[in-house]
Amino acid sequence: MKAETQLQNPYEPEPMRLIRRYPLNEDVHFFQVRAVDMEKALSLNYLPGQFMMISINGIGEAPFSISSTPSRPGLLEFGIRKVGNMTNRIFQLKENGIFGVRGPYGNGFPIEKIKGNDLVIIMGGLGAVPLRSLLLYALDNRDQFGKIYLLHGARTPDEMLFRNEFFNMMKRDDLFCHLTVDQDDTGQWPFETGVVTRLFGKLAHIDPKNTYFAVCGPPVMYKFVVAEILKLNVPKHQILMTLERRMKCGVGKCGHCIIGGYIYTCLEGPVFSYWDVLHMKGLI
Amino acid sequence: MRAVKIKKENLFDFLEAIKPFGDLWGPVKSGDGYVLEKVTDYSNIEMSALRTRIPFKKLLFPPKFTMFKFDEKGIRSSDEELPRQVIFGLHPCDLHALLIMDNFHSLHYVDPYYRERRERTAVIGLSCFPDDRCFCKATNTHYTEKGFDLFLTDLGDFYILWIGSSLGDDMVRECPELVDEEVTHDDLEKYIAWRKKRESNFKLKLDFTGMPSIMELSYDSPLWDELGEKCLSCGACTIVCPTCPCFNVIDEVDIGGGTGERTRRWDSCMFREYSMVAGGHNFREARSERLKLRFTHKLQAFVGAFGEAACVGCGRCIGACPVDIDIQTVAQNLKGEEVKA
Repeated sequence: MKAETQLQNPYEPEPMRLIRRYPLNEDVHFFQVRAVDMEKALSLNYLPGQFMMISINGIGEAPFSISSTPSRPGLLEFGIRKVGNMTNRIFQLKENGIFGVRGPYGNGFPIEKIKGNDLVIIMGGLGAVPLRSLLLYALDNRDQFGKIYLLHGARTPDEMLFRNEFFNMMKRDDLFCHLTVDQDDTGQWPFETGVVTRLFGKLAHIDPKNTYFAVCGPPVMYKFVVAEILKLNVPKHQILMTLERRMKCGVGKCGHCIIGGYIYTCLEGPVFSYWDVLHMKGLI
Repeated sequence: MRAVKIKKENLFDFLEAIKPFGDLWGPVKSGDGYVLEKVTDYSNIEMSALRTRIPFKKLLFPPKFTMFKFDEKGIRSSDEELPRQVIFGLHPCDLHALLIMDNFHSLHYVDPYYRERRERTAVIGLSCFPDDRCFCKATNTHYTEKGFDLFLTDLGDFYILWIGSSLGDDMVRECPELVDEEVTHDDLEKYIAWRKKRESNFKLKLDFTGMPSIMELSYDSPLWDELGEKCLSCGACTIVCPTCPCFNVIDEVDIGGGTGERTRRWDSCMFREYSMVAGGHNFREARSERLKLRFTHKLQAFVGAFGEAACVGCGRCIGACPVDIDIQTVAQNLKGEEVKA
């Protein structure tokens, strides 16, 4: 929302109801929520790649990537890893519990630029959460995109987020879906093994000038993945990544998410192109 | 803007006449320095005070305040009416900082807490003579035509009273008998002479030209590690800086647990936890990294879209840092100039 049209206090969260939750793996749970006010639930608009501030009175607030797609309005979905005070409390929430959410914030993926091009989505670990939003959006608006590839890497089969959802996507004929795990102790894993860059053989025939890449994963993944993408001669501004920072406000005031001295991740990010990122200091 | 004159002997009567505009805050003596305090006895105002220890920002975004309260039913906005206030004695450096803060708090999203206080605030600026810590001339913030409702330029036995806003005009209209509408050619000459004298009084010669590009090139300079070794991470520099608005948000729960409030407090990018995310990864673990962040913000650019540095040359950090890491020593070090200890 732009400053000129802003009427409400942007720091006051909207009450939301937890509709359902279930584990995606041992530490990460899926949370589906809806604004208590049905009108607000249906009018909430956002872009894939944007985030929201989840608020628990008495604990505080933290930013979380939206995992659902605006092409399916009404419900918001998050994939949350239990990692600290805030997420511990979120994990105590039960179905029908009420808590606060405000947003959406951040720039989101440049959907309008991506439209008409091929799209390669590369996700590792928790990076599946924000990129699922982009993937579902593209699949829901299939005619507006060229070829769509999904390369998804997890450490083990048990750790792979949205496993069943992606297994089902393997059957689609409008998506090239490739899943890999670093290590499979079960011996039951039916797909690839090895790190996600092993899947780059599947991209041999892409047209680099007309392809956008969206990457999200653990810090170590970026280096190797970006090197592989560059080998394909993809322009740097067509390689998109989404970053994580500490945030206390989400609206460009508290200062915690600043990168390189003056880039507010919550305003200018969290989605940046590799070209933007190249000139940022203190990135990782 | 419009200029009138007011005799020095009329100033206290003037301050009395503008009482309806709010509580008067001005610089008063405290120990060996000055603090910005609520004033009822006008003779306590230190007209020659240069910088107050903590700048005006404490009146526009207090060090700690309640954003809203909550209970089992949800959140409740505060319905408390904030008092009107008149801040007296801000010098051009602080007025420039005020403009930066006004801009910052309305950029992209309006901060409602800032706006609420700002809309209840009138600002009366006051001319000054630099001491050995002032370097507003180097930051080009030593004059201002904006940022105030009224501004007083001290020309001996009278002030030129600059009226910078409609609110300032309202204040003057409370007591038209105290001002002299006629500014003569003689007054203009006095004003020009005063400017010349003031300009020649800047003792701290700093050259800030090219600072953004030098910051860019010095990103990997070993200087940052040297400064990081000395820095105590105390945050004094950020507390006294008139353009440091960063904050933390902390929930306070009442005993019993069901009710509480969300509070906002000043935070400092010098603190270790500032850039730490859940799970413990810290994007600025080293003190040198945190120093670099602060000085990039001050000397290169504030917010990307702002495109300008945020240092106004008030000199507060020069006095506040216990180990002499301040905007002056950093800028001189980066430019390879001799630094006097």
